[in-house]
Amino acid sequence: MIELPKTSRRKFLKNLGYISVGFPMLGFAFLNQDPEMAARVLYNGNLPGSMRNANQINAWLRVMEDGSVKVFSGKVELGQGIRMAICQVAAEELDMELDQVEVHLAETGLTPDEGYTAGSGSVPNSAMSARYAAAMARKKLLELASKKLNTPESELILYNGLVKTKNGSQSMNFAQLLEGAQLEMEVTKPVPVKVKSGYRYVGKAIPRKDIPKMVRAEEIYIQDLRFPGMLHARVLRPAGYQSKLEKLDDSGLGSAVSGLVKTVVNGSFVGVITVREYEAVKAVDFLKKRSQWSESPDFPRQENMYSHLKEIADPPQQIRNDGNVNEANNGISTYQASYTKPYLQHGSIGPGCGIAMFDGDILHIWSHSQGIYPMRRAISGMLKMDQEKIHVISVPGAGCFGHSTADDAAADAAILAMTLPGKHIRVQWSREDEHTWEPYGSSMILDLKAGLDSQGKIQTWTTDVWTDTHSMRPDSDPATLLDTRYLESPAQLKGRGYLGGGHRNADPYYSIPNMQVNAHFFNGPLRVSSLRSLGSYGTIFSIESFMDELAEKEGKDPIEFRLTHLEDPRAIEVLKKIKETTNSAKLNDGEGIGFAFSRYKNTTAYAAVAVHVAVDTKSGAVKVLKMWAAVDVGEIINMDGIINQLEGGMIQAASWTLKEEVTFEGNKITSEDWDSYPIFRFPEIPEVEVHMINRPEEAAEGGGEVSMPPTGAAIANAVYKASGKRVYDLPITPEKILS
Amino acid sequence: MPKFTIKLNGSKKTIEADSDTPLLYVLRDHLELNGPKFGCGLSQCGACMVLINGKAATSCIRPISSVGDAEIITLEGLADKNGKLHPVQEAFVEEQAAQCGYCLNGMVMASVALLDSKPNPNDEEIKEALELNLCRCSTQARIIKAVKKAVKNSAGL
Repeated sequence: MIELPKTSRRKFLKNLGYISVGFPMLGFAFLNQDPEMAARVLYNGNLPGSMRNANQINAWLRVMEDGSVKVFSGKVELGQGIRMAICQVAAEELDMELDQVEVHLAETGLTPDEGYTAGSGSVPNSAMSARYAAAMARKKLLELASKKLNTPESELILYNGLVKTKNGSQSMNFAQLLEGAQLEMEVTKPVPVKVKSGYRYVGKAIPRKDIPKMVRAEEIYIQDLRFPGMLHARVLRPAGYQSKLEKLDDSGLGSAVSGLVKTVVNGSFVGVITVREYEAVKAVDFLKKRSQWSESPDFPRQENMYSHLKEIADPPQQIRNDGNVNEANNGISTYQASYTKPYLQHGSIGPGCGIAMFDGDILHIWSHSQGIYPMRRAISGMLKMDQEKIHVISVPGAGCFGHSTADDAAADAAILAMTLPGKHIRVQWSREDEHTWEPYGSSMILDLKAGLDSQGKIQTWTTDVWTDTHSMRPDSDPATLLDTRYLESPAQLKGRGYLGGGHRNADPYYSIPNMQVNAHFFNGPLRVSSLRSLGSYGTIFSIESFMDELAEKEGKDPIEFRLTHLEDPRAIEVLKKIKETTNSAKLNDGEGIGFAFSRYKNTTAYAAVAVHVAVDTKSGAVKVLKMWAAVDVGEIINMDGIINQLEGGMIQAASWTLKEEVTFEGNKITSEDWDSYPIFRFPEIPEVEVHMINRPEEAAEGGGEVSMPPTGAAIANAVYKASGKRVYDLPITPEKILS
Repeated sequence: MPKFTIKLNGSKKTIEADSDTPLLYVLRDHLELNGPKFGCGLSQCGACMVLINGKAATSCIRPISSVGDAEIITLEGLADKNGKLHPVQEAFVEEQAAQCGYCLNGMVMASVALLDSKPNPNDEEIKEALELNLCRCSTQARIIKAVKKAVKNSAGL
C-alpha cells in the first residue's frame, strides 16, 4: 500500500499543491523498490445512471500520446471542485500521479451527455463512472501488457503510468501498450476496484488545482476568454415580462456611441454589437431611452402574495398517502401551523455571459451553463438548426447555485452570432438584468398538521405544499430560454408541476404510520427555475420548525423528540453527533441554539445542523454567532472539498433565512441590485464547523445542497429559543421578531 | 478617441478609450487582464477591486479620465518578479479559500490593503475591511482564516 507522507495540513497542502513540481511521467524512477500494490475487490453493485448511455471505457477515459490519461466528464465546474474529485478517483484506480490525469469537462461531441450538473449528482454519477471506467481500464491494460510482454499478470506492476515486469527487465507506458488505439470495450460487472484501505487520494483533503490559477489571475472563467476580433454585445431586455416592443429609434446611435457594429432586432429581442465592451453598455442605455414597450400586467401586491398563490393553484395532487390520516386523527391531539417562503434569487456574483461564433457551418458556443447538451437541444429548437451543427463548450463562470442566466446569455450570443458569421460575439449581462430577469427559486406555502398520541408519538402527519415548479431548465422545449418568448414568432412556456421537485422532502423522514402529502402547484407571477436544494429548503424549514413546536408541546428535548421518531442509524448518528458537538457551548442572555435535521431527498446524504444566535430584543436584530453541521455523505471523495461545500451551503442558507426576498411592485421587480436585494456581508458571517462521518463502504453522495435545508429551520428554532418568538414567514427579519 | 497613460503594476500603459470608460473595462478589455472581475458595475460587490495608491478600491464606476497618475496594482501585480506569490495569495491557496473563485480577486486585493495598513488585524477588523466584498458561494469563513494565515506567513511563522 502506498501511503502519503504524514505531515501537517499546511505542509501537506504545500507538498501536493502548486508549490510541488509535477512529475508527469515519473514512472518508478524515484522508488528504490517496487510499490506494494493495493488489492482489488470485485464490484458487483449498480453502475451509475450516467453509464447507461455511455458504457464504453473510452467514453470516459482516453490515453494520450505521452501515456498520460484524460478523463471525460459531462459535468461542469461550478466551484464545487468536481474536477478534482474526478481526477482523484481516476488516478486512484489507475495508480497514477494526480498530475498524470487531466479532466476534460463537458463539451458536446466529446464528453458523455450527463444532463445537468445539479441535484448533488456529480459525485454519484460522474465521479463513480470515472471510477469504474478507470478500474476497468486498468484491468484491460494489464491483460494487454501480459500479452505484449509475454509475462503473467501476477508478475506485472502497473504504477504511475507504466506497466513493468517485476524483474525490471521490461516496461511500457499506456500509449506504448495501446499503440494509438483506445479502450473501446464496455465496462462490465464485476469491476475490479481498488480496496478502499489502499487509497492514496480518495477521502483525503487533496487541494484543488484551480485555486493557484485563480490567485495568479490566469484565464479561468468564460469572462476571461478573448478571441481575435471578438466583438461585444448587450441585449436590451423588455420593459416587463410580457412587454412587446412597439417602437425603437436607433437613429443617431452610431454617432452617440463609437465602435457600433450593428443593432439586431427580432420581434421584441433587441441586441447591439460593438467593438469595445463599454461601448455596448452605452449603446444599450441609448436604445433603452429610445424604445417603447407595451405595458406588462401588474404583479399581485406583495403583501397579498401568499393568498394570491393559494387562489391560483391547481387542485391538489396526492403525492403520498400512508395509513389513514383522517381515521387516525380521531381521539388524538392534533396541531397545525403554516409556513411561508418568498421568492429567492440565485444572486450569482458574476452576471451571465455567453460567447458564440458561427463559422458558416457550425455554431460554436462557449457557456457556463449547467447542462450543455440540454441547452444545445433548446438552442437548436430556438434557431431551428440541426443539433449536430451546434458545438457547445463548457467554461466555468461565477457560482450559479442552480439554473440562473448562463443559458440565456448563451442564447443571446447565439442569436447575435448568426447575424455576423465569422465573428466571436461576447454577451455580458448587466447586474440589473441578472437581478430582475433571472429565474428565481419559487415562493412556497406549507400547511402542516400532526396528531400525537398520549405517549407523545406522532401518529399522523399531513403536509400541504403550494409551489411553482423548481425546474424550468433548458431542454428540448426552446421556450425554456428567455429569448424565445420575445422573438418574432415567440414560444410559450408551460408549467411543469411535479417535474420541478417542488415537494422534495415534503414527507418527513420520521417514522409516522399515517402520512399524507398534497401538492398544490401554481403557475406563479415570477419567472422561476431550480435554486440550490429546490423545494427542500422550504419543506424542511417548515417540518423542522414544526418538530420543535411539537417537542415543546410534549415537553421533550427537541433532539430526543426527533430520535424517538427515527429508525435509520445513520440519521440517529448525525443527530447524536450534533448534540455532542454543541454540548459545551455557553449561552448568554438573549442567546439560543436551534437544531434541525434532514436527509436530502430522503434518499441521499444526512445532515444535522445547529445554530447559535443572539437576538437583540430591543431592535429584533439576529446575529448568527456559530453554526455546526454533522454530515454523512457516505463515502467521501475529497475531505476538504466536501467541507467547503457544506460550510458554504450553511452560510448561504443563513443569508436566505435572515435577509432575502425578491420584491416587486406594479409590473416591476424592485430587488434590482445588491442594495435592494441584500445578502450576507462579512460582518454577518458566523464561525462554521463541520463534522464529517465518513462511511467508505456506503455510496458516495454529493454534498452541494445537503446542509442548506436544515440551516433555515435551525435558525428559526434558535431565534425562538433566544427570544421566545417563532417566525413562520421567511425571511426572519427584526420586524417579524418584534411584531 | 482620447489617449490615456496609466501606471499599472509598475509600468506605464497607454490606451485609447472614451474618457467615460470605467477603469475596469480598460483593464479587462483594452489591457486584457483577468484579475479584476465585472460583478455589478455599481461599486456594490467588490469583484473589480484594484489597489489605487495602495488603497483597495472598486474600478467599475471610476472613469479612466479620473485615474491620472495614480499607481494601479491589480491581482496580476502582486507576485514578485520571480513569480513568488504575495503572502495573501499564498494563504488563499493554503486555506483553499475559494469555491467558484470569482470574488477572489476583490478578496485578495482588499486583504492586501488591509494588511499593509494593519499588519495584525483581529476578526472584527478583517470583517470590516472586507465588508464591501460579496461572496455568494459563501466561503467567507475560510477567507477570514486565509487573512489570518497571511498574517502568520508574513511574520515568517
